[in-house]
Amino acid sequence: MTVVTVPDTMTPKDFASDQEVRWCPGCGDYAILKAVYKTLADVAVPRSDVVFVSGIGCSSRFPYHVSSYGFHTIHGRAPAVATGIKLANPDLSVWVVTGDGDGLSIGGNHMLHVLRRNVDLQILLFNNEIYGLTKGQFSPTSRVGTVSPSTPMGSIDNPVSPVAFALGSGARFAARSVDTMQRHLPMVLKRAHEHRGASFVEIFQNCIVYNDGIFDDFTDKEVADDNQIHLEHAKPLIFGKEGEERGIRLKPGVIELEVVRLGEGGIGVEDLLVHDETNRSLAVMLAAMAPPEFPMALGVLYCDPAPGYETLVRDQIEEAKARTPNGDLNALLREGYTWTVG
Amino acid sequence: MAGNAAIDLTSPPRQEVESVVIRFSGDSGDGIQMTGGRFTDTTALAGNDLATFPDFPAEIRAPAGTTYGVSAFQINFGARDIKTSGDAPDILIALNAAALAVEIPDLKPGGVVIVNTGGLTEKNLRKAGFEGNPLEDGTLSNFRVIAIDISKLTMEAVKNSGLKRKDALRCKNLYTLGLVYWMYDRDRQPTIDWLNKRFASHPELAAANVAALNAGHAFGETAEMADGITPYTVAPSHFAPGEYRTVHGAEATAWGLIVGTHLAGVDLVFSSYPITPASGVLHALARLKHFGVITFQAEDEIAAICAAIGASFAGSLGVTSSSGPGMALKTEALGLAISAELPLVVINSQRAGPSTGMPTKTEQSDLFQAVFGRNGDSPLAVLAARSPSDCFEVVIEAVRIATKYMTPVIVLTDTYIANAAEPWLIPDLDRLTPFPVEFRTDPEGFHPYLRDERTLGRAWAVPGTPGLEHRIGALEKDYDTGNISYDPANHQRMTDARGAKISGIADDIPLQAVEVGEESGRLCVVGWGSTYGPIARAVGNLREEGHLVSHIHLRHIWPLPRNLVRLLRGFDKILVPEMNTGQLLTLLRAEALVPAEGLSSVTGKPFRISAIEEAIRLRLGG
Repeated sequence: MTVVTVPDTMTPKDFASDQEVRWCPGCGDYAILKAVYKTLADVAVPRSDVVFVSGIGCSSRFPYHVSSYGFHTIHGRAPAVATGIKLANPDLSVWVVTGDGDGLSIGGNHMLHVLRRNVDLQILLFNNEIYGLTKGQFSPTSRVGTVSPSTPMGSIDNPVSPVAFALGSGARFAARSVDTMQRHLPMVLKRAHEHRGASFVEIFQNCIVYNDGIFDDFTDKEVADDNQIHLEHAKPLIFGKEGEERGIRLKPGVIELEVVRLGEGGIGVEDLLVHDETNRSLAVMLAAMAPPEFPMALGVLYCDPAPGYETLVRDQIEEAKARTPNGDLNALLREGYTWTVG
Repeated sequence: MAGNAAIDLTSPPRQEVESVVIRFSGDSGDGIQMTGGRFTDTTALAGNDLATFPDFPAEIRAPAGTTYGVSAFQINFGARDIKTSGDAPDILIALNAAALAVEIPDLKPGGVVIVNTGGLTEKNLRKAGFEGNPLEDGTLSNFRVIAIDISKLTMEAVKNSGLKRKDALRCKNLYTLGLVYWMYDRDRQPTIDWLNKRFASHPELAAANVAALNAGHAFGETAEMADGITPYTVAPSHFAPGEYRTVHGAEATAWGLIVGTHLAGVDLVFSSYPITPASGVLHALARLKHFGVITFQAEDEIAAICAAIGASFAGSLGVTSSSGPGMALKTEALGLAISAELPLVVINSQRAGPSTGMPTKTEQSDLFQAVFGRNGDSPLAVLAARSPSDCFEVVIEAVRIATKYMTPVIVLTDTYIANAAEPWLIPDLDRLTPFPVEFRTDPEGFHPYLRDERTLGRAWAVPGTPGLEHRIGALEKDYDTGNISYDPANHQRMTDARGAKISGIADDIPLQAVEVGEESGRLCVVGWGSTYGPIARAVGNLREEGHLVSHIHLRHIWPLPRNLVRLLRGFDKILVPEMNTGQLLTLLRAEALVPAEGLSSVTGKPFRISAIEEAIRLRLGG
C-alpha cells in the first residue's frame, strides 16, 4: 500500500523527466504533454503515486517524459497492463496513453474490456487518424479514401469513432479535446482524473508529418467557433460566433439532432437540448456529430460514475475474509478427507 | 432384488491382490468422472497408494452412445507403492456399448468386464460399431464377463424416490460404484456423506443416489457370480507416517502459489483465461479469496499475462496459466517480462498439439516453446512437475526463482498431471523456509536496472515508493542508467547480462540426483514431467530383474543443473522417453554432446510401462 503524503505545491515543470523528447518538431504530442504536466500539477497527486502506461506508437513514448512511474509496454496491451497495476494497488493514479492504432486496432479488444469493466484509469487516446511510427499507413480512424503507403488508391474501410466505441463498450466517462486547446484540454483531463472508473478521453492530435491538418475543419481558428460545440452539463447546446449563435435540438418527429439558428423562425434557447452528462443516448448522438453538417462536440460527453472494477474486486476479498476469517494455510491443505498413517 | 442381503450366508472368500487397475467407462453424461473421484477418495481412506487417469472427450455432452463421447476414469491402487495409473486395466466397467467398444481392446487378457446390458440396446450396439451382440458372438471370450442390467436394477432401486425416469437412470453410476465397492471391500460411508453434502438442497437426489449405491453393493453380496469372479482384498500400502490426502495437480498448483507467495511475502494476482486443461487452477484459486488472492479472468490470453505483468510491476506477484495455444498468444508479453525484468510465473498445462490439437489429451510437447519460443535472445527459467503433488513444490520453487532473479519462470505440467490424483503427505508449512523479497526503498544511487551483484536480478522498486519514480519498457535499456539505449556495445552487454542472470540460477538449484541406480554405467533413462511414473516403474522392474539401469528425472529444465552434463557423460547409453518427438532429447544432445536416443509416444495417453521396459531391454541387449 502506498504511504499517503501531503505533496508540496507542484508545478508543471516538476512532472518533466530528464529524458529528451523525441517527437517530430511541431507534433501535437508536445502540446498534450504540456497539458498533462499542468493537469498533474493541478490535481496534486504525489509523483510517486502516479503511473503512466503505454503501448507502442508515437504517443506511447509519453511515459518517458513524465517524471512519475512509467511503463512503456507492448503494442495494444497497455489497458491490460494497467488493469494489473490497479488490481495490485488500487491507490495509484494510473494513466493509459494510447493512439488510434494502438488502442483501437491491435488493442481494440483490451479497450473494449477495460471500459466495460470500468477499471479506474485515465485513458488518453491520441487520435491522429494515421500510423505515425511505422511511417504513415492509414489507421482504424482514417476516413475512407485516405491515401497512404498501404492504400495508394485510398483506404476503403470505414473508420471507427473512438468515443462512440467507448460508449458502446459501456464506458462511464467519455470526453473529447484537442491537442492545442491548452485551457480546454487540462480541464477535460482534470475531469477524467476526478472520475472514479475508466475515463476515456479522445484527444484530436495533429500529425504534422503524415496527416497534417486533418482536423482543420474544426480546429482551425477561422472555423473553430462555427464547427465546435463546447459541452457543459445542464447548459443548452449553443455554439457559433457571437451574434450568429446556433444550437442543437431534437428534430421534431424523429430521433435525430439538427442544427438551428437562434432567433430564426422564433427559435429560442428554451427550444434547444440541454446537455445532460448522465444521458447515454444523448452522448451517443453528440458523439456522432461531425462537420460540415454539425459542430464537433468537445468536452465531457458522458459522465455517469459507477464503482470501479478494482473496488469491487477488493470488496469481494473483504467479504470472503469476513465469511472465512483467519485463513490458515495449514488448514487449507487439510480441507476435505485426510487420513493419518501411524 | 436389493434388500435380501440377510439370506446371503456364504460370501465367497476374498482373494488378496497386491495392486489392481480399474477403468470405469460410459457416456460423457454418465457421471464417470464423479464415480472415479469417489472411488479415489474411498481408496485413499482405505490406505492404498494410488494413481488416477481421467480420460474424457473435449465435448461437454457428446451425442449419447457415440464412441467419441466415451468418458473413462482409470485408477491403479495397491498395497505397494503406485507410480502410474497402470498400463492395462484388470477390471473394466462399461456402462454402454460405445464404452465397451472403445475400452475392451485395453483390458488385460483374462480380465473382468462388468457390462451394463441395459446399455446394449440394438441402437447403441450399432452406434458403437458392433455387428452382433458382443455378449454372444465371442467378442468377450478372452475375458471374465459380469453382464447385468445396471439400468434396470438402478431403476428398481430408486423406484420409491419419486424421481423422473431420466433422473432415476442417472443413478446408475452409483449402483455401479456400490458393486465395485463390494468387490474391493470398500467402505460406503464416505461416499454417502459426500452425496448428502453434495445434494444437501435436493435430499431426494441424495436419497436416490445412496439407495443406488447400497443396491449395487447388495447385489454383489447376494448374486451368484460366474466362475473365477471373486471379491478381492487389497491391503493398505506402507506409507511413511504422517497425515495424508489425495490431491490433483490443479489443486496442488493453486496451493503452491498461495504458499509460495506467502513465503515470499508478496500478494498473489492470478490472471488467466479459460482453457482446457488449465482452468482448474483458476477455479481453485477463485475459491480462495479469503487468503487475499486476487483472481482475474481476462478477456484473452494476452490480457491475462499482461495484467499479471502489470501486477508484478506494482509489487504483487503476477501469475498466469494456460495451455499450448494460449502460451503461443502470451509469447510477446513473455518477452516484455524478460526485457522489463519483472517476476512472473506462468503455468503451462500442456496438451496434445499442434494448434488446438486434442484439448483433453496429454502431451509434453511444449518444451521447445518454453525454453526457446520467443523473438530475440530471451532466456527465462523453466521447471517441470513430475506428478500432481509435485506441482506444489515446483510452483513454490518457481515463485522463489521469479522473485529472487526478477524473471519470468515457466512451469510445465500437463493434462495428465492437472487432472490426475494421488495421495500426498501433507507438508508442514511451518518447516518451509521463507524467501522474503526486498523491495527497493532507498533513492540513494538508484536506477531501475541496478543489479544485485550476486543474482544479477534488478532492483524491484514499486510505484508508490517516493523518490524511486522511474520508467521502464520493452525497448533496450542502458546498463548503467536504465534509460533507452540503442548503443551497440550496450545491447551486447545487456543481452549477455540477461543470459548470465538465467544461467546463474544453476548455482542456486540442487545438483541433479539420480533417482535410482548407479551414477554411471551402461544405461541411464532420463525423463522430465509426467513420464516420471512409467519410467520409475519400468526402471524399478528391470533392476529387480538384476539389470543395471539408472533413472534421472529433471525438475529444472532451464537452466539445467550444473552436474547434469558430467552425469550423462558417465553412461554408455542414454534413453529419453518423452510424450513428444524428442525435445528434451535435442536439448540434452546440444548441451551435453552425448549420443542420447529418444523414445517417443504421442498418443494423448501416458506412456505404458511395458513400452519403456522394452526400449530398455533392447539397449541392454535383451
